[in-house]
Amino acid sequence: MSSETKQILTTDGIPLEVSLKKAEKKNKIKAFLLVAPLLLFLIITYVFPIGEMFSRSIDDKMITNMLPKTFKEMEKWDGQELPPEEVFTAFYYDFKVLVDKQEHGKLGQRLNKEKNGFNSITKKLFRQVKRKKIDESTSIKEQIMKVHKRWRNVEYWQAIKRTAPPYTMSKYLKGMDMYYAADGSITQVEEDRRIHRILWLRTLEIAFFVTLFCFLMGYPIAHLLATLPMKYSNLLMICVLLPFWTSLLVRTASWMILLQQQGVVNDFFVMIGLVADDSRPEMMYNKVGTYVAMTQILLPFMVLPLYSVMKTISPSLMRAGKSLGGTPFVAFWKVYFPLTIPGIGAGCLLVFILAIGYYITPALVGGASGTLISNQIAFHMKQTLDWSFASAMGLMLLSGVLVIYWIYNKLVGVDNIKLG
Amino acid sequence: MALPSYTETRYRIWHYIYIAICTFVFFFLIAPLFVIFPLSFNAEEFLVFSEGMKNLDPDAFSLRWYKDMIYGTKNPWGLAAKNSFIIAIFATIGSIILGTLAALGLSSRHMPYKGIIMATLISPMIVPLIISGVAIFFFMAKVGLAATHTGIVLAHIILGTPFVVITVTATLSGFDHSVTRAAASLGSNPVNTFMKVTLPLILPGVISGGLFAFVTSFDEVVVVLFLAGLENTTIPIQMWTGLREQLSPTILAVATCLIILSTLILISAELLRRRSERLRGINR
Repeated sequence: MSSETKQILTTDGIPLEVSLKKAEKKNKIKAFLLVAPLLLFLIITYVFPIGEMFSRSIDDKMITNMLPKTFKEMEKWDGQELPPEEVFTAFYYDFKVLVDKQEHGKLGQRLNKEKNGFNSITKKLFRQVKRKKIDESTSIKEQIMKVHKRWRNVEYWQAIKRTAPPYTMSKYLKGMDMYYAADGSITQVEEDRRIHRILWLRTLEIAFFVTLFCFLMGYPIAHLLATLPMKYSNLLMICVLLPFWTSLLVRTASWMILLQQQGVVNDFFVMIGLVADDSRPEMMYNKVGTYVAMTQILLPFMVLPLYSVMKTISPSLMRAGKSLGGTPFVAFWKVYFPLTIPGIGAGCLLVFILAIGYYITPALVGGASGTLISNQIAFHMKQTLDWSFASAMGLMLLSGVLVIYWIYNKLVGVDNIKLG
Repeated sequence: MALPSYTETRYRIWHYIYIAICTFVFFFLIAPLFVIFPLSFNAEEFLVFSEGMKNLDPDAFSLRWYKDMIYGTKNPWGLAAKNSFIIAIFATIGSIILGTLAALGLSSRHMPYKGIIMATLISPMIVPLIISGVAIFFFMAKVGLAATHTGIVLAHIILGTPFVVITVTATLSGFDHSVTRAAASLGSNPVNTFMKVTLPLILPGVISGGLFAFVTSFDEVVVVLFLAGLENTTIPIQMWTGLREQLSPTILAVATCLIILSTLILISAELLRRRSERLRGINR
């Protein structure tokens, strides 16, 4: 019993360890309860809806629900030759239900996406069914096959069979310019139609170069801000912070004015004789516009983390480097630069994350050759209304961003984001 | 930055190149904003500097686009400004309340799963706006809040809270927790302690986070484009439409007002930051 007597008790007679653990737990709950409202709010309004985008992007239940009997019969069909009588009969009865509900058009459209030519043959079949031309007492297979020659083509039945699963990855494949071929294998689209791959690469390219430009321009001024005496650097800091606080649309508008053909930049080029007045270069509605505007807009996100790191580097380190015989370049490269790497990492990752998902600026100044993947997502949300494809592309972009976010979190820590 | 007298010529040259680069970058950052100013007083309808403006001819300048912004028939700026302010104010209040509470919890050393929760709370700032827009649109459409002010306010609370969380957590990182214990030992209840002790100390952080949330909401266009109906039009939406269709100088008048607003906000944010640093005893 000696061990128990050694145990320290609180005044209530409870062992101290238990009491401390209880207090600890209470504190944990208290802290968590403070975070809970926001966390819950975000989970309901934000995290779940993003998850819902996933189910929307793979959802293919519509057709599964339209042809229940057909798909049941098709399970027995090997898919090599024309399906047996039962499949045709089941398809006929499913189709009849759709005709009654006036949903045959939707079926035609959906199947047409799977294989071209379905739209017209479902319409033909619809007319026959509507006029009650199909005799249910004899072979329905023979009668459907007579409606149009494509109904005699096994490829069309294989296409129907492919739509059976309630889920499909086809939207993701489409986002990478691939599709399911007739035999179910994954195939690339023809070379001249690979538009999405171009967009992905361009998005990466623009994000990379914008990050690079921001770094090249941000590093010197962050260094200047960190080494100047306070009263000057505070004033110059305003030059960094004012654009940061100004409306994105205002900044984009000012670039539109500057870069237009009769704009100030072109005027200047003409004035210094760089270009002739009648051959002013087009600097907007192409990549140049996107690069210039995005670099200026994202530059503060590079300068602020760099500045906060450089601020902590003691100037005596450079002096020590020089006094030990290094030239200013050597001292900078061997002493100062390595110390700023955390800031470089933070700034570059932040700018890259923000650039890769940019939408407004490319849409306004980018034209056709300067648009990014975000613009394509918006296009499908608003114009084609292919929401599942927009969701799929959004999630592909998101997964990339989350990887960089994870790296950022590991290297910098989200609580170290600098906001001026 | 004076150079020491013993500097060699080549380093002197380097130094001047460096200064030139810095000047260029500062110019690149700030100059675009000042183009808008004079052009918004243009007497003509084109968005280029007219000959008269270049010669500083007083007739080339006018206030017509400001008049058009305020009195113009069938112009949407009045409604847009009203909506923008209402939405931004409510979104700011919501962000401040939720964000400050969360930051208080997150800065407690007892907080479990701090890393992952913090990463989740900050994510709306990191996730591309277009994805946030799509997701929030699906949610709001499902619960019937699309094309309502409430829906947009909720969406902007989502986007605004990360800023409040970040600024308040930063303020709390230098916070001396013994003052709250002192208050408690003197018999104050937690709510009273928060109102009388904690809040006044973290107030600069709260307000600057609120300013960020306000600007985020006031400037936000991607999510609103998905959510807003005709009734909910905001200044950014009007600017977006204007910039896409045709650039009219009225937009520049609005832009000038927005630049003035952001300058005011910047000044208050800077003053707050300095006050906060003073309160926390950080002297530089």
